[in-house]
Amino acid sequence: MARTAQYATIAALIRRAGNELVRVPGAAIPGVLAPTLFFLGLTSVFGHLTQLSGFTSSSYQSFIVPVSLMQGAAFTGAATGVNLARDIEQGWFDRLLASPAPRPVILAGLVLSASVRVLLPATFLLIVAFAVGAHWPGLLGLLIALVVVMGMAIVAATWGTSLALRFKTQAAAPLMQAGMFILVLFTTAYAPMALLQGWLQTIARINPVTHVVEAARQGFIGDVTWSDTWPGLLALIGLGALFTFFALRGMRRMTLD
Amino acid sequence: MTERLAANARVVLALGARSVRQTARRPQLAAPLFVFPTLLLAIQTGGAGRAINLPDFPPVQSFLAFMLAGAMIQGVLLAGNSGALALAIDIEMGFTDRLFAAPISRFTIVLGRLAGTAMLGAVVAIWFIAIGLIFGANIHEGFLGAIWIVLMTSASAVAFGSVVAALALRTGSASVVQGIFPLLFVVLFLSSAFFPANLMLEPASSVARYNPLSFIVSGIREPVISGFSGHDELKAALSVIGIAVIGLSLSGVAVRARARRG
Repeated sequence: MARTAQYATIAALIRRAGNELVRVPGAAIPGVLAPTLFFLGLTSVFGHLTQLSGFTSSSYQSFIVPVSLMQGAAFTGAATGVNLARDIEQGWFDRLLASPAPRPVILAGLVLSASVRVLLPATFLLIVAFAVGAHWPGLLGLLIALVVVMGMAIVAATWGTSLALRFKTQAAAPLMQAGMFILVLFTTAYAPMALLQGWLQTIARINPVTHVVEAARQGFIGDVTWSDTWPGLLALIGLGALFTFFALRGMRRMTLD
Repeated sequence: MTERLAANARVVLALGARSVRQTARRPQLAAPLFVFPTLLLAIQTGGAGRAINLPDFPPVQSFLAFMLAGAMIQGVLLAGNSGALALAIDIEMGFTDRLFAAPISRFTIVLGRLAGTAMLGAVVAIWFIAIGLIFGANIHEGFLGAIWIVLMTSASAVAFGSVVAALALRTGSASVVQGIFPLLFVVLFLSSAFFPANLMLEPASSVARYNPLSFIVSGIREPVISGFSGHDELKAALSVIGIAVIGLSLSGVAVRARARRG
């Protein structure tokens, strides 16, 4: 398959995911609203945590907004997995596999669509966050946060896709959501590392998504530095590569079945 | 009269047992009741546990002890939603139409589903009591307190379940019932389920003070952190009864309307 045809296939799959948003907007609303609801809820409930000695920000809105961005990415990625599971159940994906498109191209179309779709909940969330007092992270800080959130959507989509290919049913949706939920929230999500309970501190240090959250957060609570950025990007590349391997293996197995 | 009551009770029991089996057999219905509230409990306890050092935080043995009631109520809200979702699926699949054609009271269809939800509510309470005990949160009021918590949680499941069941019966759509899932979290965040109302930011703090969910949470929390006060338990019981009366009335109207429409 020629390279231009491969790009066209990827673009077509991204457009198809976009069409779902336009044609079934009701299905997209929970995914768009949920991160913002969590942001507003967590800010209202835990806002006074900033009074604890050792808290690294005076604004809980600014501290929590990157976490909600990551939740948006997680929801979007899980939605990609659920949609793929539906396509598998209805036989549409079999037709896609029977096409001359290489497996990595199909996967790229699926997961890149998530990286575009995530901009919808992210934009909505950022507008609300700035309206209720989150700090402006600067252009560079905002750009890094958006790159990171798009990367996280790809990671979540490859995770969702690999599960959809493994279980071939929409019933696996809670697993897709719970997996990313754990990865995103067992980090420095609620409080800085020094204020976490011992057991969570240990998990957060091991969890690569902690670096992703910190990379997205840096502009909101302080200066943007390369030393806070590269570990997050590296973690995204590592997680993306790992889940891509599982997703491609799932596609190969499905072809053999 | 007694025979009719006994027959209705048998229908409620049979439908309740079916509801429990259905939830147990479908992981997508059962998982959210336990997995998400447990994960959130772990994350919030680990992430915000130092909050007990804040001035004005009520004296508690640990943040986990404080959070148990919130986790239970979250599980109960999800149990109510899950029961209503299954009811909506029954309507979509035509199972409810077959029940309408049977010589049974329409209202037993709702009560049967809620009997299953009550059972799930009790299991949710036992699950979180066990988690609390395993991780070092004692129930201040002991065995009696645990019994009260299980009863209150189970009754709350019926109350919340009846409200969502009315929506399921009114719309007959699983996607509409599923769509109110984020709304459950709004109601939760606007209560004292996760934090003392006096330490929340405005306007959530003011809303939480008058949210009936806060009264129910306090009624479940007090036996864990300080013991029965009488006052908190009464307010919790009245809140549950109030929500249940509204929910059951709405469900009664909705089930009659659906039976008429067919």
